[in-house]
Amino acid sequence: MRDLLQRPGSVLDEWLEAQRRAGVARPDLIDESQQREESAQLLSLLGGALADTLPVFPDDPAWDELRTYLDRLAESRAVDGFSPTETARLMLTLKDVVFKALRDKVPQVPADAWADFDELTRLLDTLALYSSEVLQRSREAIIERQQQDMLELSTPVVQLWDGIVGVPLIGTLDSRRARLVMETLLDNLSETKSSVAIIDISGIPTVDALTAQYLTRTAAAVRLMGAECIVSGIRPQIARTIVDLGVTLDGLPTRATLAGALALAFERTGCTVEPSA
Amino acid sequence: MARVPILRIGDCLVVTVHADLDDGSAVTLRDDLAGRVAAISARGVLIDVSALDVVDSFVARMLGDVARTVSILDAETVISGLSPAVAMTLVEMGVTIPHTRTALDAQNGLRLLGIVMAPVRESVRCD
Amino acid sequence: MRLTGEADLGRLRRRLRTLLPNASPFVLTRILTVASELGRNVLVHGGGGRCDILPPAPDLRLFRLRFADEGPGIVDIERALGDGYSTNGGLGLGLGGARRLSETFHIDSAPGRGTRIRVALPC
Repeated sequence: MRDLLQRPGSVLDEWLEAQRRAGVARPDLIDESQQREESAQLLSLLGGALADTLPVFPDDPAWDELRTYLDRLAESRAVDGFSPTETARLMLTLKDVVFKALRDKVPQVPADAWADFDELTRLLDTLALYSSEVLQRSREAIIERQQQDMLELSTPVVQLWDGIVGVPLIGTLDSRRARLVMETLLDNLSETKSSVAIIDISGIPTVDALTAQYLTRTAAAVRLMGAECIVSGIRPQIARTIVDLGVTLDGLPTRATLAGALALAFERTGCTVEPSA
Repeated sequence: MARVPILRIGDCLVVTVHADLDDGSAVTLRDDLAGRVAAISARGVLIDVSALDVVDSFVARMLGDVARTVSILDAETVISGLSPAVAMTLVEMGVTIPHTRTALDAQNGLRLLGIVMAPVRESVRCD
Repeated sequence: MRLTGEADLGRLRRRLRTLLPNASPFVLTRILTVASELGRNVLVHGGGGRCDILPPAPDLRLFRLRFADEGPGIVDIERALGDGYSTNGGLGLGLGGARRLSETFHIDSAPGRGTRIRVALPC
């Protein structure tokens, strides 16, 4: 088969034609140059991976390049709107080309030839199914990420005082939710013209490097809008985790309690609290 | 795009950026500001970007250049009016605008520069 | 749409705004920013090129753009996507920043083969 792939010129054209015959070229979703480019690349990577003995897919490192390419291609197909079947057929149509070449090459069919044929068929089917599988997973991942949006987890922003707002965070903070929190907080700052935002994390079970990144990012955005951020509700074990992880909070002021954060916020906004006489 | 007008308030300069700031106008703005800052020995520049719904890394770099130039002339730069969407996008991209302070809006920006807009006194009726 | 000069970037942004009249400011700004970054790359590094708005992915609520140029291509893609990479003394964060803002980001570039970038953003 490697010999066959060595003359990529005619193989590519025949394969593109086979794709068109099978109805999987989909010129309505991708243009011809993209189709040609991707098929050419696949042929090249396929040829590169094959040696005298057929390496096992996907484990053999000989397949790494092709596998990485298939990962990207499958994700791209998901976004382009291809169905899993169409994507699977992409590799399967290569069979048409190869079988034809084999048939021509070996008019009488000895047993070894059939064995090769068999192995070959199995390999191509496996490659097809692999890309189909990754496509499915990509679609699911994208849909799931989109659906997180619809989760109307209310992220209330509370007006604690003139110019001071509070955001109590509860539960785990994933990227979708973090984004929603940031959007809500920033919109609120714009509307209320507040100058201090207190983010209370006492309701968050753990703080890892990612959560710390959400916090520093939110603080940076708040700062760009001319306000400042204070993080409150830092429990002792959270403080330990932060130190252990070597996570830096980039100079973001932190307080153990909401009260402590409020006191700091008052300071920053030039308010003093006095007991009534 | 037309030259961006530069206003003067006391010893500070105020610029309101509108619509799409392109390559040419951004460079012109930087040079114009530098000139004016030097000419009046300004101590502060306020750049209001509240009309912008996009600030990409190029515009951010231009703003940073302005601020750096102005700071060499011993004046400071305040940028006001970054919208929630723009602020968030800049942060997600990892783009910063160094040498600047930021304010929510122009009024706060002027306050940061030490300029407080006094309320207009009501006229007294004489009967 | 062809991208040959600075004015085309403005045109592209105006077109995107009319195509997304109901988008939230966060969505719109993100899309405009990615378009500006990648469009400017086409102008500055690609010697001009084009931007096409691709059909949206069905049921995935993604807005898709493709940028293409026949410029010199990118020598080291991974490095170009990392922070601080720049060939002309700029911030160099355009490409990496654009990727961070995108849901999916596919780049195909090599010396002598120009550059093609396809992005999908939530909308």
